[in-house]
Amino acid sequence: MRVLLLVGMAWTLAAQTAPPAGNAQKGRQLFQSDGCYQCHGREAQGGLGTGPRLAPRPIPFAQLSKYVRQPTGQMPPYTGKIVSDQDLADIYAFLQAQPQPPPAKSIPLLNN
Amino acid sequence: MAKLRKHSVDRRNFLRSAAAGTAAIVAGTGGAQAQQVQTQAQATRPAGAPLLARETDPPSTVEVLTADRPGSDFMVDVIKSLGFEYICANPGSSFRALHESIVTYGGNSKPEFITCCHEESSIAMAHGYAKVEGKPLLVMAHGTVGLQHASMAIYNAYCDRAPVYVIVGNSIDAAARRPGVEWAHSVQDAAAMVRDYIKWDDLPVSLTHFAESAVRAYKIAMTPPMMPVLLVADGDLQESPVSEKTKLHIPKLGQLAPSQGDVSAVAEVAKLLVAAENPVILADRAARTAAGMKLLVELAETLQAPVIDQGGRMNFPSRHPLNQTEAGRGLIANADLILGLEVSDFWGTVNNFKDQQEKSWRPITKSGVKLVSITASDVYKSNYQEFQRYPEVDLAISGDSEATLPSLIEACKRQLTGDRKRVLEDRGKKLAAAHEAAKERTRTEAAYAWDASPISTARMAAEIWGQVKDKDWSLVSGGGWSHRLWNFDKYYQFIGGSGGAGVGYGAPASVGAALANKKYGRLSVSIQNDGDLMYAPGVLWTAAHHHIPLLAVMHNNRAYHQEVMHIQRMGNRHQRGVTNAGVGTTLLDPNIDFATIARGMGVHGEGPISDPKDLGPALKRAIEVVQKGEPALVDVVTQPR
Ligand code: HEC
Ligand SMILES: Cc1ncc(C[n+]2csc(CCOP(=O)(O)OP(=O)(O)O)c2C)c(N)n1
Repeated sequence: MRVLLLVGMAWTLAAQTAPPAGNAQKGRQLFQSDGCYQCHGREAQGGLGTGPRLAPRPIPFAQLSKYVRQPTGQMPPYTGKIVSDQDLADIYAFLQAQPQPPPAKSIPLLNN
Repeated sequence: MAKLRKHSVDRRNFLRSAAAGTAAIVAGTGGAQAQQVQTQAQATRPAGAPLLARETDPPSTVEVLTADRPGSDFMVDVIKSLGFEYICANPGSSFRALHESIVTYGGNSKPEFITCCHEESSIAMAHGYAKVEGKPLLVMAHGTVGLQHASMAIYNAYCDRAPVYVIVGNSIDAAARRPGVEWAHSVQDAAAMVRDYIKWDDLPVSLTHFAESAVRAYKIAMTPPMMPVLLVADGDLQESPVSEKTKLHIPKLGQLAPSQGDVSAVAEVAKLLVAAENPVILADRAARTAAGMKLLVELAETLQAPVIDQGGRMNFPSRHPLNQTEAGRGLIANADLILGLEVSDFWGTVNNFKDQQEKSWRPITKSGVKLVSITASDVYKSNYQEFQRYPEVDLAISGDSEATLPSLIEACKRQLTGDRKRVLEDRGKKLAAAHEAAKERTRTEAAYAWDASPISTARMAAEIWGQVKDKDWSLVSGGGWSHRLWNFDKYYQFIGGSGGAGVGYGAPASVGAALANKKYGRLSVSIQNDGDLMYAPGVLWTAAHHHIPLLAVMHNNRAYHQEVMHIQRMGNRHQRGVTNAGVGTTLLDPNIDFATIARGMGVHGEGPISDPKDLGPALKRAIEVVQKGEPALVDVVTQPR
């Protein structure tokens, strides 16, 4: 019980922290070179059967960085040893910078 | 001491031993559709004694150089009696007599010889063809090197429960083998190499034996669970002449009916299905024919139960309100009864397995869920492990799903009261609403990265759909987004996958399926992976040479992408750098120019296309070619998945 509480508190604190400043351009490169693109798509749009969409409007940074370090599903873990916090901040900036897609309703090919 | 083969000697041997055999043949005739072949006769060499006699008889004075009636002509009669439309083969001397008999004696028609550039292509073409046409074509190959090439594709067809019919050449009599290559291409037991993943094989030693085994093989292949079968055609049996006098008998192939599930077990399942609050129907290779698809719709509608189409065959219309494939996992988690119809991996469907350093798994289902399976495939061979992990099924009904559905539907209808029907109708309405909502979500998701380059797989599927939706199309390979976006409502619109995940299936299977679709005038479309095509791209030439209309749209992610992800996973796990996943797994530097490869094989080729705006017009041009009866390839540089 105590352990659970502590974890919960740590999470709340982290979630409130603003994401560290990141460079979206660099983040795009890291998203490719670190292999995130393989499962999540080059634009982080998601890959069929391989990984969910991550952008635009990514989940809070603290949550993202926690998941990347300690995934609970199929995703391979990226420990601090292989992807630094700064790299993750850059990746996060890339995800935030991704444009919103056109509404599906406005695309004739998606309405037949 | 060298010995000349003397056919006159063979004939004497034959006459000496033929009498008993002939009597048996005459006694055995009389079946309504059995065929008596007047002009052709008994094999020259019954097994055993004649071989010895051949060596001890004095040489005849005149060397026989010709044969009017080779045994292979009779083999062609047998082959024709089975109704094969095509023979897919890469030529090989171990079946040279049969080859010549087919193209000349048989008139190269029914079956027609399809020139293949790799035995793996021959088999995978047969595999794709069988799933469209519902019956096998014939594959011929060298019993050694040809079968070695063919073996992976045979394994795929075995896993996919597809009837593939193979005749391999071999030279059994060591004394009759030409020195050199023919020795290297001979084997004691040709079928041994693939026996673990075929249903039946034989090595006929006489023409009568050949005829019986050929018909038996057909029957075995076509009885669910359908699987590959193999006959060895001995070179001597093919090439030796037959006497003009003896009548040979071709046994009839009677009608075949698949096995059905036990009546009382079916009644029990009907009770469970009607009583269940949250039943789920899983369909994998459930529908073997168009009738199977209709029956599944009837079952689902009778119960107003959701269907999850696992895609082993075209099981259920994609836009039917009870098609809940998108909701799959959630429904399984909430189910109180799961009925699996020809499900190849039931355990994997109801469990979550984590591929982390420590492998772990847990059930997805809630406790108390009842699992029922109906499958003709609860018969296993030991060595290859395609049967998957043991699922804890409460009631396993052995029988073909499609054949069992009529009695299951009737039993369900008998169980339904008016009150129960109203409850089920309410469930159906909720499911219909869920289907609509899922469709909207899917379309919204497809819009992400809509204008991206490389082109998103959703955009590619949508662009193809835009071009084919008003035509009579058939998706013969690939899937992914097309299953989420296209309107599949006819059986031939999809044929499932490789079965054994042996890569290299897609290209040839789609050409084989397109060959079957050709006479119906259907527009065959494949979504063609780059890695898959690189195993044996020669099948493009086969498509061009035989005018097989097929639109191949490359899903060119310039990688063996599945393997990129595996190496990435290992890099992460080992924590010593994660940027090397592309080494040995990508198809870059140089980029493969598939349009040029296609053109080099006589196929219309376009691309590489990286800008999504260029895709629609390129597809349109390619479809014009295909509709004139020729193959075309459009190379699309895509997102990974
Ligand atoms: C081999 C495939 C793979 C790779 C590589 C991969 N992911 Fe994932 N990722 C997944 C899958 C699958 C999930 C879904 C949850 C699960 O099963 O773990 C996921 C989930 C996530 C989530 C959670 C999403 C959510 O909405 O909760 C984040 C964040 C994420 N990934 C970020 C990344 C980043 C950043 C990288 C690169 C540094 C990366 N992933 C690399 C497969 C992958
Ligand atoms: C005969 C064979 N060799 C190797 C593999 C391992 N393998 C699995 S998927 C894959 C990559 C296939 O590449 P491609 O067809 O381009 O599809 P992608 O994974 O890129 O979507 C490979 C090599 C296999 N399944 N079969």
